[in-house]
Amino acid sequence: MERKIRVLIAKPGLDGHDRGAKIVAGALRDAGMEVIYVGLRQTPEMIVESAIQEDVDVIGISILSGAHNTIFSRVMSLLKDQGAEGQILVCGGGIIPQEDREKLLAMGVSRMFGPGTATSEIVEFIRQSIGEGMGEAQET
Amino acid sequence: MASNTEAMRFRRPWSEQELLEQFIKGKTLALARVISLVENEAPGYRQLLSSLYHRTGKAKKIGITGSTGAGKSTIVDELAKLLVGRQQTVGIIAVDPTSPFTGGALLGDRIRMQDLGLHKDVFIRSMASRGSLGGLARATREVSVVLDAFGKDFILIESVGVGQVALDIAEVVDTTVVVLVPESGDSIQAMKAGLMEIADIFVINKADRDGADRMAVELQAVLDLGRRNNDWDYPVLKTEARHGHGVDLLLEHIDRQRDYLVRTGYLKKRKEELLRAEVRQLFSETVREKMERRLAGEGSLDEVIADILEGKLNPYLAVDQLLERVKGAEI
Amino acid sequence: MADSPAEKEIAGEQQWREKAQAKASGDEDSFVTISGIPVDILHTPGSLPGFDYQRHLGFPGEFPYTRGIRHNMYRGRLWTMRQFAGFGSAADTNRRFKYLLDRGQTGLSTAFDMPTLMGYDSDHVFSQGEVGRCGVAIDSLEDMEILFDGIPLDKVSTSMTINAPAAILLALYIAVGEKQGVPSEKLRGTLQNDILKEYIAQKEWIFPPTPHMKLITDIMGFCAQHVPKWNTISISGYHIREAGSTAVQELAFTLADGFAYVQAGIDAGLDVDVFAPRLSFFFNAHMDFFEEIAKYRAARRIWARTMRGKYGAKNPLSWLMRFHTQTAGCSLTAQQPENNIVRTAFQALSAVLGGTQSLHTNSMDESLALPSEKAVQIALRTQQIIAHETGVVNAIDPLGGSYFVESLTNEMEAGAEEYFRKIEALGGVIAGIEKAFFQREIAAAASAYQKAVEQEKRVVVGVNRYEREDEEVEIELLRIDQQMEEDQKKKVRSLRARRDSRAVSKACKALREATGKDKNLIPPILEAVRAYATLGEICDVLREIYGEYREPPVF
Repeated sequence: MERKIRVLIAKPGLDGHDRGAKIVAGALRDAGMEVIYVGLRQTPEMIVESAIQEDVDVIGISILSGAHNTIFSRVMSLLKDQGAEGQILVCGGGIIPQEDREKLLAMGVSRMFGPGTATSEIVEFIRQSIGEGMGEAQET
Repeated sequence: MASNTEAMRFRRPWSEQELLEQFIKGKTLALARVISLVENEAPGYRQLLSSLYHRTGKAKKIGITGSTGAGKSTIVDELAKLLVGRQQTVGIIAVDPTSPFTGGALLGDRIRMQDLGLHKDVFIRSMASRGSLGGLARATREVSVVLDAFGKDFILIESVGVGQVALDIAEVVDTTVVVLVPESGDSIQAMKAGLMEIADIFVINKADRDGADRMAVELQAVLDLGRRNNDWDYPVLKTEARHGHGVDLLLEHIDRQRDYLVRTGYLKKRKEELLRAEVRQLFSETVREKMERRLAGEGSLDEVIADILEGKLNPYLAVDQLLERVKGAEI
Repeated sequence: MADSPAEKEIAGEQQWREKAQAKASGDEDSFVTISGIPVDILHTPGSLPGFDYQRHLGFPGEFPYTRGIRHNMYRGRLWTMRQFAGFGSAADTNRRFKYLLDRGQTGLSTAFDMPTLMGYDSDHVFSQGEVGRCGVAIDSLEDMEILFDGIPLDKVSTSMTINAPAAILLALYIAVGEKQGVPSEKLRGTLQNDILKEYIAQKEWIFPPTPHMKLITDIMGFCAQHVPKWNTISISGYHIREAGSTAVQELAFTLADGFAYVQAGIDAGLDVDVFAPRLSFFFNAHMDFFEEIAKYRAARRIWARTMRGKYGAKNPLSWLMRFHTQTAGCSLTAQQPENNIVRTAFQALSAVLGGTQSLHTNSMDESLALPSEKAVQIALRTQQIIAHETGVVNAIDPLGGSYFVESLTNEMEAGAEEYFRKIEALGGVIAGIEKAFFQREIAAAASAYQKAVEQEKRVVVGVNRYEREDEEVEIELLRIDQQMEEDQKKKVRSLRARRDSRAVSKACKALREATGKDKNLIPPILEAVRAYATLGEICDVLREIYGEYREPPVF
């Protein structure tokens, strides 16, 4: 059976702006990936637990509320607690100021996509990053 | 935009021993990884299943199927809450269709199971149907073997009740619950899709909507005519799952059906049937794979095809020739 | 209208079209509005079959109000330049309110933070990191008293952008009035209170649609009796558009929501001519200039005709549609943000030419961060330049009679009516929400737009054309102090310790009982806020009885 790239898409924060998250989810599906869409109002605990259970390759987090520093640092530390650190590609999208963006990368977030990013760029990034690890994943 | 290539060492390969150790310790991460290996038919996955097999046999497997929007996920969510309330552990497999055009899938069932996601006794896995003939039956069966081996008391398998998907899953579970909504045509659709033949329990969800009572009466009438089995009464229940109404009753009937299966010896018989089918399937798959590999390796297939194209042979004689060549070979 | 047969051919038009066709170059498909409506190269009297001035347009201030709702429009009074704001604690926002009032503003517009909008107290786990961020944090009557401290509620009108917990904010406002000695009959203001568009687009809901509609008719009924000057619902297309809808969808879904509220009011036994004049609207001003103008004109005409025809309203105030407009946040780009000033200016101009009653212009940096003071000032100045320098306010509906604009207005109306038929066939707005009809339509439009941009069929300056690779954006950042959240948490905890807890549990019990029965819930909610029950506690009582909404997953 062909191995599929699995991606979790989550939208933390109390606001309901999920247009971007849904467009990305649809584009990744169209690119042949399996997208686990957990939707709105996800806490870092919920995101990480879902990602672990679903054994995803990628966590994609859409944040517009301005709480990105809090959310991402919690997600990264929870992944570490679960022993999944460095095994899941974590990326995000939203309105993130440059200086915060650097902080997030330093935390281990792989990439932050800003407004106006083409979905094809996201697909390409995921394929390239995960493609390398795919062979390994087949081994037991 | 800067990216962070340093962090990209994904998917540390686990040794089988390490994976099994973690699995036996009850680590979610290991369970999730084993499921992926099984789902992907990764090299060595059968050996892995084989090492886990002695741990299985306890889990009760329930299938929940029905049309899109019938409220299946909500029912599964409520059922799981009741089960954990009884100190039972629960594994959920939520199956959604793979797009035949792109091969991708959007798996959205967790949205309806928000409160469960963090419960220590619940494990939810979304699974795409992935399309291959009979592949879903294999994958759900083997993933439920993994959940069973992990120690889950109940395994709930949710799927859209269309055609082969629902039938595949019915093969795997002990009890099939078919969920309908009181909307014109839903029961007719269910009949067409062959759901009547696989259901043990019917649920009319969203029973606050018009037409629920009428639907229940009609359904019962149809069932009385065409009972598969006279000892079981094929109950038709009404629920409003989003308010939690009626799901406790559903669980009672699930229990009752299980008692019935045990009492009458059907469960044992069914297990035997399933095993028979499973072993046959595994055997023929294995033989086929090996034969094919052999044919491909020898180039025999290419030869006979060339002969057919040249008019020297026909496909029927070609098969006889191929069989002749592999005869006696070790498989 | 591109394909409609001309009623009578204009002499020479056919020959002209042949010549124009011969010279046509490039991709004809690219001449469509931003919503994808094909636009004919030229409009003539032939584009308006059956056009009747009196029936289609009439005079401003008169039925069917296509040209505007006032006889003298902007000559009598300019639109209200209403910039929406709110942040931090009640005390922070109170200082801002007083600053604005000192400078002659008579209306206040309150933005609440996300926990308040979602009915959680500041110390709830879901509130982490969001207290006071995109608006003011309100937990109880104590905060509301501070918010309006020193502001006489009989002198100002207050707009509150609140939906799921709108009934509670109304009760809080009434309770502050009582403390000031202002009877509810004298209170003036607006609640957004448009829950239907939350299920359809903005997704800031708490309860399921059916029980929530009961809360809304309770508000309409209560206000008709006790708060007669209050605008009970601001029916909003803004968020529908921001979620990615087309202009026709924005128009159709918003009006369908409006009619659903009217029907709900009538079904609850209220007199349409008492509550309908208290309904107002809120639209988006997007990039496609003429399409937007046509949208506003069509909206007025549909509302007037339907209110008079279908709902039998007799009061002209029930027929005329008053609306607020905000420029499109989703049209702003993070790339070369200064260009957003220009976008916003065109959008604002379309709203003015479309006859808006009030207007909010976005700041150029909103695609990057909360707006800086300078950016907010430019946004306001944009409106002032339109009002005082361009001369567009001199004549009413200056584009009325344009073959193109009239034909596009007709097309908008026809497109909306097509949707009304679909919605009716589904069983109405709530059935449509439960079947995810609106959500699916909007998602499809949003995704089609995104594809058009990515395939460069649609140009967005600075994003897919005229990009600058070396772009470095320097934006002044507005930071919200983390300490504020801690203070607010302490405050609500200390209130719970101080207040008369027996009175609170008694009031909550009474609310629980009333919720189970078919009673108007505003009086028991009012009792609860008077006893200093918190917003979160009151919402919890309602959650317990009504349940929480979960949307059907749709992509």
